[in-house]
Amino acid sequence: MTKSISRPRWTGYRIKIEPRLDQPPGWYPAAVSVGAIAFALILGGILIAIAGGDPFLSYAHIARASFGEIGVFSDTIVKATPIILAALACSVAFRMKLWNIGAEGQFIMGAFGASAIVLTPILPPETTPWLFIPVMAMAGMAAGAVWGFIPGYLKAKYNVNEIISTLMLNYIAIAWVNYWIFGVWTEGGFQMSAKFPETTWLPRLSDYASTIPILRGLTTHLGLLLGIVAAVALWFVVFRSRWGYEIRLIGDNPRAAQYAGINIARNTVLVMALSGALAGLGGMSEVTGVIHRLQTAPLAAGYGFTGIIVAWLAKLNPLVIILVSILFGALILAGREIQPSGVPKMIQGIILVSLIASDFLLRYRVRFVRDSADTDAEE
Amino acid sequence: MTATLNTTSETMPPMVEMRGIVKRFPGVLANDHVDFELRAGEIHGLLGENGAGKSTLMNVLAGLYKQDAGTIKVNGNPVIFSSPRDAIKAGIGMVHQHFMLVPSQTVTENVLLGLDEPRFFMRLSEYDSRIAELGRKFGLSVDPRAKIWQLSVGEQQRVELLKMLYRGANVLIMDEPTAVLAPQEIEGLFNTLRAMVAQGKSVIFISHKLNEVAAIADRVTVLRRGKGTASGVPSRGVTRQELAQLMVGREVVFFVAKKPCKPGDVVLDVKAIHAENDKGLPALRGLSLNVRAGEIVGVAGVAGNGQNELSQVITGLRKCRQGEVMLNGDKVSNRDTLFGIQHGMAYIPEDRTHVGSAPNLSVTDNVIMKNYRKSPISKGGMLDMPAATKFANELKQAYDIIVPTVNTPVRLLSGGNLQRVILAREISGQPNFMVAVQPTRGLDVGAIEGVHRLLLAQREAGAAVLLISEELEELLSLSDRVYVIYEGKIMGEIQVGGAEPNEGLVEVVGLMMTGTPLEQIRKEGVAA
Amino acid sequence: MDFIIILQAGVASGTVLLFATLGEIFSERSGVLNLGVEGMMLIGAMTGFSVTIATGNPWIGVLVAMLFAGLISQIHAFIVITLQADQVVSGLALTFLGAGISVVLGEGLSKAGTVSLMPNFSIPLLSQIPALGPIFFKDQSVLVYVGYLMIPLAWYYINRTRGGLHLRAVGEYPAAADALGINVFRMRYLYVFVGGMLAGLGGAAISLAVSPGWFSELTTGGQGWIAVGLVIFAQWDPVRAAVGSYAFGALRRLILDIQGPTILFGLANPFYYNPYWGFFLQMIPYAFTIIVLVVGSREAMRKRLGAPAALGTPYIRGERGL
Repeated sequence: MTKSISRPRWTGYRIKIEPRLDQPPGWYPAAVSVGAIAFALILGGILIAIAGGDPFLSYAHIARASFGEIGVFSDTIVKATPIILAALACSVAFRMKLWNIGAEGQFIMGAFGASAIVLTPILPPETTPWLFIPVMAMAGMAAGAVWGFIPGYLKAKYNVNEIISTLMLNYIAIAWVNYWIFGVWTEGGFQMSAKFPETTWLPRLSDYASTIPILRGLTTHLGLLLGIVAAVALWFVVFRSRWGYEIRLIGDNPRAAQYAGINIARNTVLVMALSGALAGLGGMSEVTGVIHRLQTAPLAAGYGFTGIIVAWLAKLNPLVIILVSILFGALILAGREIQPSGVPKMIQGIILVSLIASDFLLRYRVRFVRDSADTDAEE
Repeated sequence: MTATLNTTSETMPPMVEMRGIVKRFPGVLANDHVDFELRAGEIHGLLGENGAGKSTLMNVLAGLYKQDAGTIKVNGNPVIFSSPRDAIKAGIGMVHQHFMLVPSQTVTENVLLGLDEPRFFMRLSEYDSRIAELGRKFGLSVDPRAKIWQLSVGEQQRVELLKMLYRGANVLIMDEPTAVLAPQEIEGLFNTLRAMVAQGKSVIFISHKLNEVAAIADRVTVLRRGKGTASGVPSRGVTRQELAQLMVGREVVFFVAKKPCKPGDVVLDVKAIHAENDKGLPALRGLSLNVRAGEIVGVAGVAGNGQNELSQVITGLRKCRQGEVMLNGDKVSNRDTLFGIQHGMAYIPEDRTHVGSAPNLSVTDNVIMKNYRKSPISKGGMLDMPAATKFANELKQAYDIIVPTVNTPVRLLSGGNLQRVILAREISGQPNFMVAVQPTRGLDVGAIEGVHRLLLAQREAGAAVLLISEELEELLSLSDRVYVIYEGKIMGEIQVGGAEPNEGLVEVVGLMMTGTPLEQIRKEGVAA
Repeated sequence: MDFIIILQAGVASGTVLLFATLGEIFSERSGVLNLGVEGMMLIGAMTGFSVTIATGNPWIGVLVAMLFAGLISQIHAFIVITLQADQVVSGLALTFLGAGISVVLGEGLSKAGTVSLMPNFSIPLLSQIPALGPIFFKDQSVLVYVGYLMIPLAWYYINRTRGGLHLRAVGEYPAAADALGINVFRMRYLYVFVGGMLAGLGGAAISLAVSPGWFSELTTGGQGWIAVGLVIFAQWDPVRAAVGSYAFGALRRLILDIQGPTILFGLANPFYYNPYWGFFLQMIPYAFTIIVLVVGSREAMRKRLGAPAALGTPYIRGERGL
């Protein structure tokens, strides 16, 4: 159980790595996470420099372009909103050790479901927003839930690896939506559907600019509220409800859960469907709050994958997810203009790697041990 | 039965000499300046209770662990082992308690694992015959082409020995080798060991079973809580009591006094169940037994004869193909575990960490595993956390669980404490039936006594207890009746009563454990 | 539609999957799940292309691609073997990392112009075998022939050599291997490296042979993930992996070609007249992967066989048996 890594004798000390026997103090996990991110940013900066960019300029740009002033902050929030929902989707699945990599596809299908209400049309354009928006939300969640149900069912019944099945469904979702955009709902031959009527748009802060002038130009929309409500609701479900207890138990030890009489197969399907529904809600929010038409490119923007990282960084806590999503929203927003263009994704990857590596520090402690006289040379 | 000492070896340097061995693990000092000495051609017993540091000491000798301090000499030459390979090169080989065999590979492949030859290509057939030859030489015959999972536990043990002999080991370390054997097989093992000593090998015999060490060893070293309390004492010179005291440090009570049994109605009725194991092979073949209220019924048997499957069928974790299990008249077999829980069944599983608890969840989360669906722990779908915490704290007090707070994740608990958490959870539901599988495995004497007390308390409270254990002494002292299981069938049932287990009883049980049905024993007239 | 051409191209395309799948088989057999295959392939594709442009020699490009991908995979190895972190998440992180790094460092490559590719050639006698000859041995990239050789070599290594025995032991029951002096950690690092290298080779095969060019993240199109699925279908056996890989390669090619002709099997070709149905064709490889997974998983459940027993769990010395 003990691993000793010997260092040369010149220091007179040895580094010893051993498992922790007690819990580290409360601030420790947060400090470690912050440290990991800092490390990742430094490393990312180095790589940017190698590729010919200027790291300081890039990072300063990110900071300014996302938090510089209220208008820009609002844009950050807009970018963060779909991430919140995607990350919530991932977090609930991960809690049960279901690796839902398909949040991306479920997100897109959610957008599709919401769009179908408008474009088929199932509700006529003059319908009041009070009806339109809830129906679209439900359609989005339903479509996402179906897209989550499929891999959940395959896993429960046939033990099909959900990582691959959800990932494959991502690609299928994109092809599916493309078909509808190009082949059925196309607007004048362009790669997008018709613009949605205003009755379907999620209300924005700027809608109230006439009464509150500060709000002028702020595009933060109702999706944020949906995200926050979903996060709080999820927190209660996971930590205070019976179902949440069952999910946590299955995730920690399926055999113990089985013994406690919990039906793992049923919960696999339910949790995957819930996860899909949350991601689908995100897709609906993006398509009715920002894009206002069905169009693949802005929907398949990697929210599902960012959601994975955010969920992991937030240690699956729904409330922390809100904060971390804002950070990543900033990254994506500002990252658009950074050269070279792959930088945000690369930094996301480095952050995730650093985080996973830093988990080590939570389970093991590193000690410096003075070389004592009666210890023989190790190697 | 006795082994002769080779007097000439007293003047030569010892085969193995360990001095001042110190080995620390986080939170525990496993070996505290321990000395150990093995003479050539002897069987040396290393005695101590669970957790005393015996396996650790020998793992150091076998090159698996590196000592923090202390020296090792082999044949008078100081050695430093940085890996098991070095130890094997020095002629030291270890047969572990949990066999280190790859189940899906053949005997030959397992024996050849880790060797430098064959250099690249493997022509297995020539190695097959070499290994068969080796087996014949030492009386360890086994089919080299069989896959490990097809072999019985005793045969697997032979493979482990062959592995070491093939590598030319002169010192064989056996770690708790009798844990998996029936009494008759143990005698067979002893004969094998004596044969090996006659052929020039030396044996170190690790065990916590006094009687066996006294029977087989020439000299004995005793460890207690990491320290050596006796080193190289000739086994004929000490009594059982003295050894026990060296092991534990105080008067050890060898059997438990219990009130006479007043059994009530049948609570658990297992009727001719047939079930398969994970590999699809039959594990239970028409097994029947029953347990009445207010009694402890033991199930004795060598590991791997269906005990796991039996407990799983009873608790609902495994389906049975035929037959049924009735709990207080309700059919409980082939139903989900929830049914059993709701009807007062408690389960102490063999595997505390992998089945019995959720390691990263808190003590509170773990103790509500059975009653979280009911009030006061939950109301209408939501958990009442203050109520749950209060419940957990009550259990912490009542069962003496040592933990900073009830929010601590249980993976940080010691084995004994974890078992207390599980017992607390199961017993607090006031079960009318309890299945306990190997409840004291790996616990120190204090914890063992605690578990025994709790089991007896349940018996007194009128619960029916089914105790499945590989520790014969524990079974015979706690149980009112004992069934013996062999290859998925019951070989017989005997009344045990409150007397100290006698040799005759052990012999009968031993015979049943190796496959002789009780009627046959009675017919053939072995004293019961 | 010329089926010979389709199968011929299918073999080439399948070679890419073959390399990636074989690599992952080695890694998983040693007990380490590496989900970063897609990322490693992208790195291989980008590196191969860019080094070939820089040196003018595709062989060097392929070699460097393999080494670089293998090196990056060691990050994953360090995290899951030494730091004992969760193998699934680390693999995913590796995918992001690989994708990100390859996009960043590959900036501008797509406009770099033409590049010398890996040579194609035919094998004289074999290419004249009726039907099979033109498919397998005519005008194929040298990498395809390398692929053919790799299949029996990989099978033989795993099943008939001492190294393969140790590999299997480390993946099934590392404690046994450890007790006999086999360095479990070192072996796992090695086989993760091999897996990364082969994934890199697969990627280089795309950019330097099969679909020449660098198209940023789109270069691999999810083939890395398909490879991971194929490993399960292949039941961790190289020969089955080959069957699956070539079948998939042919499928991908078929999908491309089916949209071309106006007449298909004597009827008007619906895919020609309704071009948007092409999207459904796009779905086929991915849907097929799912089906393959279902089949493979059911078979594993039925035969009670399956993954190397220690796959996905870090080896911690001191936890024995139980």
